[in-house]
Amino acid sequence: MSTMPAVRITAVEKRFGAVRANQGAALEVMPGEIHALVGENGAGKSTLMKILSGMLRPDAGTIEVGGRDVTGWSTAQAIAAGVGMVHQHFMLVPTLTVAENVVLGREPVSVGTFDGARARLEVEELSAQSGLVVPADRLVADLSVGEAQRVEILKTLYRGARILLLDEPTAVLSPPEVAELWKVLRRLRDGGATIILITHKLDEVMAVTDRITVMRQGATVERMATRSTTPEGIAKAMVGRDIALGGGPRTETRAVGAPALIVRDLAVAGARVARAVDGISFELRAGEILGIAGVEGNGQTELLDAIAGLRRTSSGSIRIGDRDLLALDVRGRGLAGLSHIPEDRHKRGLILDYSIADNLILGQQHAFTRNGVLDRAAIDAHAADRIAAFDIRPTDATLPARALSGGNQQKIVIAREMARDFSVLLAAQPTRGVDVGAIEFIHAQLRAARDAGKAVLLVSAELREVLELSDRVAVMYGGRIVTIRERHACSEEILGPFMTGAAREAA
Amino acid sequence: MSSRASWRETFAEEAIAPLVALGIALVVGDLLILAYGQAPGDVWRTLVEGTWGNAYGFGQVLYKATTLTCTGLAVALSLRAGLFNIGAEGQLAMGGLAAALVGLALPASTPLAIAAALATFAALVGGGAVGAVPGWLKSRFGAHEVIVTIMLNFIVLALLNWFVSARLHVPETLHTPSIRAGALPRIAEWFSAFHGSAANASLFLVAVAVAVVSWALFRTRAGYELRAVGLQPDAAEYAGVKVGRVWTRAMIVGGALAGLGGINFVLGYKGYYEDGFSGGAGFLGIAVALVGRNHPVGVVLAALFFATLSQGGLAINATVPKQMVEVLQGVVILAVAASVPEVRRILRQSVRGR
Amino acid sequence: MRKLLALLGVLLAIHVAFLFVRPAGAALPATADAVDVGIVFDLGGRGDKSFNDGAYLGAERAMRELGARVRFVEPGEGSDREAGLRLLAAEGMDLVIGVGFIFTDDLSQLALEYPNVAFAGVDFAVGVDSTGAVIQPPKNLAALKFREEQGSFLVGALAALVGGSKKVGFVGGMDSPLIHKFEAGYRAGAMHVCPDCEVIAQYAGVTPEAFRNPGRGKELALSQFQSGVNVIYHASGSTGLGVFEAARTLKKLGIGVDADQYNEAPGYVLSSMVKGVDAAVFDAIKRVKEQRFVGGIYQFGLAENGVGYVYDARNKALIPDSVRTRLEALRAEIIAGRITVPSTR
Repeated sequence: MSTMPAVRITAVEKRFGAVRANQGAALEVMPGEIHALVGENGAGKSTLMKILSGMLRPDAGTIEVGGRDVTGWSTAQAIAAGVGMVHQHFMLVPTLTVAENVVLGREPVSVGTFDGARARLEVEELSAQSGLVVPADRLVADLSVGEAQRVEILKTLYRGARILLLDEPTAVLSPPEVAELWKVLRRLRDGGATIILITHKLDEVMAVTDRITVMRQGATVERMATRSTTPEGIAKAMVGRDIALGGGPRTETRAVGAPALIVRDLAVAGARVARAVDGISFELRAGEILGIAGVEGNGQTELLDAIAGLRRTSSGSIRIGDRDLLALDVRGRGLAGLSHIPEDRHKRGLILDYSIADNLILGQQHAFTRNGVLDRAAIDAHAADRIAAFDIRPTDATLPARALSGGNQQKIVIAREMARDFSVLLAAQPTRGVDVGAIEFIHAQLRAARDAGKAVLLVSAELREVLELSDRVAVMYGGRIVTIRERHACSEEILGPFMTGAAREAA
Repeated sequence: MSSRASWRETFAEEAIAPLVALGIALVVGDLLILAYGQAPGDVWRTLVEGTWGNAYGFGQVLYKATTLTCTGLAVALSLRAGLFNIGAEGQLAMGGLAAALVGLALPASTPLAIAAALATFAALVGGGAVGAVPGWLKSRFGAHEVIVTIMLNFIVLALLNWFVSARLHVPETLHTPSIRAGALPRIAEWFSAFHGSAANASLFLVAVAVAVVSWALFRTRAGYELRAVGLQPDAAEYAGVKVGRVWTRAMIVGGALAGLGGINFVLGYKGYYEDGFSGGAGFLGIAVALVGRNHPVGVVLAALFFATLSQGGLAINATVPKQMVEVLQGVVILAVAASVPEVRRILRQSVRGR
Repeated sequence: MRKLLALLGVLLAIHVAFLFVRPAGAALPATADAVDVGIVFDLGGRGDKSFNDGAYLGAERAMRELGARVRFVEPGEGSDREAGLRLLAAEGMDLVIGVGFIFTDDLSQLALEYPNVAFAGVDFAVGVDSTGAVIQPPKNLAALKFREEQGSFLVGALAALVGGSKKVGFVGGMDSPLIHKFEAGYRAGAMHVCPDCEVIAQYAGVTPEAFRNPGRGKELALSQFQSGVNVIYHASGSTGLGVFEAARTLKKLGIGVDADQYNEAPGYVLSSMVKGVDAAVFDAIKRVKEQRFVGGIYQFGLAENGVGYVYDARNKALIPDSVRTRLEALRAEIIAGRITVPSTR
């Protein structure tokens, strides 16, 4: 092809102190394509996009847009040249209407005052053109997440963007909303827009993109056409070695044991709602993984906190075997056989300033104490054992947890929780913010626990993960379980409507 | 031992900010001295000679550092648990009065060891009781400890004030009668060079307290849990720690440590409780804890530093006004405070409006 | 880390450079044959516009007129009182003065330790033993006491003569023997010139806080003024500022204490009962200079000009000549011993 690339980035370098975020980063995007920029967390994708959109200046290298050297330009210049970033975290004013948000900063004016009618007209026109359906008159505060994202994209388009950068746009969307987004992106592409999609979800890459650029440790390591590669091929390029991506849905039925965790009519108040968990009952049996799917914020956090003893319940009961958990405190529940991988390792799962060794006894500090005095020898031996068994790196147990990568931090949590004498494991978002290699390892650990006869309750915002690991799947919506079914009776298409609240059945 | 390998590094990291603060203070001090028309070299020499340069001065530094170590520990321990204890002033005063009351009540024939032990225990209880109030209010009702401890200072100091002046004072003075039992010997009784200085045996009791706090903080489960609560209360809760209970305990122990400081004046120096003897040592304890990076050893070093400034300020008072020393204190506190992670975290948290 | 180390290096370099700077005229005062005096103020005492500043004035005068070398020490905390005295005594001062009754214990002890140094205590609290006999201070310690009751007697008479309402008011700070002395003198003075007058005496509290509570002072003064009192005498530290505030509001009169407080409410301060701390301090320094210093209790009353009341160009208009004449007559009678002023209630 002789067409000039829409974007050409060559040999970009960017340092933050001692950290080298980009080194030898390159990107070439042709006009009118959807281009995936993939890589593990910390591979330098976001830094590169910030450089392209003018938020950061590169230390070295060149940026060309439409054949023009624009290295080191400002955000204003980037917007003027038609490069627009759609942020992962929405930057909308909740108390303004959709139309007002879209035109914010470039308001149409008549006789020196804001022309609301014209703003509305222009937004509706743009909406029709792009296929981004939004209610122009509604307040942004009242929108769903998917709608808010469409507003964010519209805003970028309204400013005349022809090159759209989208940073992890599906992180907050339910499957139907994701499908809708793909439709919009394809339509924009067909209309001549160039789209760069930052993601680490390989199915998305396969579903919607034309070409792929893979980054690893700040450098661009591979470019490929989507048509001629496989998820395994991309994963290998991302991590630098072979990766086994989930074996697909399991088919064999296995013997499950007696109910290990029994939840009855549980209601829990949330921070803002009176009933974040609104009457939930289920049984979790020994030797199974029960996956809870659902868009985040539908009561999953409150449910797990309540089981773990971190949140007061309003009514209902929680039992392990025949022991009433509600009568026990957090420590008592641990002794009763509960193990808990919390959803937020930075807030709950780790004390970031504690050493790896000290973090490996968090929650089990009583077991490493004699007459109230910490047993250093036992703690150090425990640390050495866990670090070796779970391949935690670096291996120096005196380092603070803060110094480790996300994957290794999560390994500390999992290594610790697996060391308990437990019968029920709560695993909340166990692979969030973790690189592909560690995901594989963590999944293997969860399966091993199940195979050892433990009962595992998995909560994940990644539907794929739930489908890959679970023996049974429940979907939570609005604080209730709207469906609970065997794995073989599930697929993304079947569960999608439940996740958005479009369907429900008595659980 | 997990932390021994890199203690040198840790120390360098922890000490660099206070050292820079000291450097800034020295230069600011130079400028102030020059502005006052004096020679920095002479003034600093007088300051050093008047403190570490002779036994009497050094004894005074030790005496002042003893009280400051107690209040510094009180603040540091609560900060380790994530609480800002502004109440050391009241806790110190209450500890002093409690010790004096026991010393007054015991017959003069009580053996020193028993009398001193009882009076010291009373000081711990007195300070601990004052500390318990904000701790309990915090864990029970979520009342903000900064506000409660500040208000409690006023209440406690006014009550003590009233109690002593209305019930217990020697006419035409602000102090109680002399205690009959439990007076601690001064250092000068063993080393005559210290003659006249107020340094006394409570120094050793406080040294023991420093060692115990150090050990408890880093070697026991209670310390492990307390530090966890201070760093990440949510994670501590996840680990089965009763956060509210730890808060209450930290405030009680902190209060008791501040109260312990009371024996330095009451049992060791004057032999009576005098209204206002705390003289800001409780508030200065906040600075001591910050500059000492909330580490018991750091607290001792910082207490010695501030004690040196205070005694040295007296020695150079003839040539430069005492406000210079106060400015130096302020400079050190500001420079260090800005660099202490605990302070930054607490500021962030209050911005978030927890 | 590296940046901080560099910064530290730079700071130290600057500091070392400064160590060699020596401004002209900078020198620590050396002891010569002139009389060397050290004065320790109370905590936060300097600038009190009362007896700490009075002591400073006396010392200043001694520097001017007697060529005395005076060093001042301001303690930073309670234990610095003794330390300050000790520092000065050890440096070989000829006279060491502590300003305020709070120095009583420390002075008594140090006077024994340093028998060759002269000590003086302003407002020194002389103790009494179990039989009620006065305990004499050590031979090298002068207790500088003031007969506040005598000065209060005169302003009591003044209040009754000028007030003209058969009611005069008194606001005390902390309810304590020290302040009862003021009240007793004031009451006696008022009754002396107006036997059927009523003296309303109230105190702001029972703690030292009562000396620092202008709000309470204003409250008490307002109620007294409204009950028919026209003149109030206060002996209550800064609580008295509230008394003046009330006087200004209701266009009545207040009488100040310790120092001339005319400026607190010009036009509404009838007079002030002043203590001659400056004179007492000057006198002590002079005795040392002339080598006739002896320890003991020094009472400064009307006769020694140690206490008095303010009568000058500013408040002249408020005091009729006849009243002035009457007061002067009373002063003479007290000095002559024909009137004995009580010092207790």
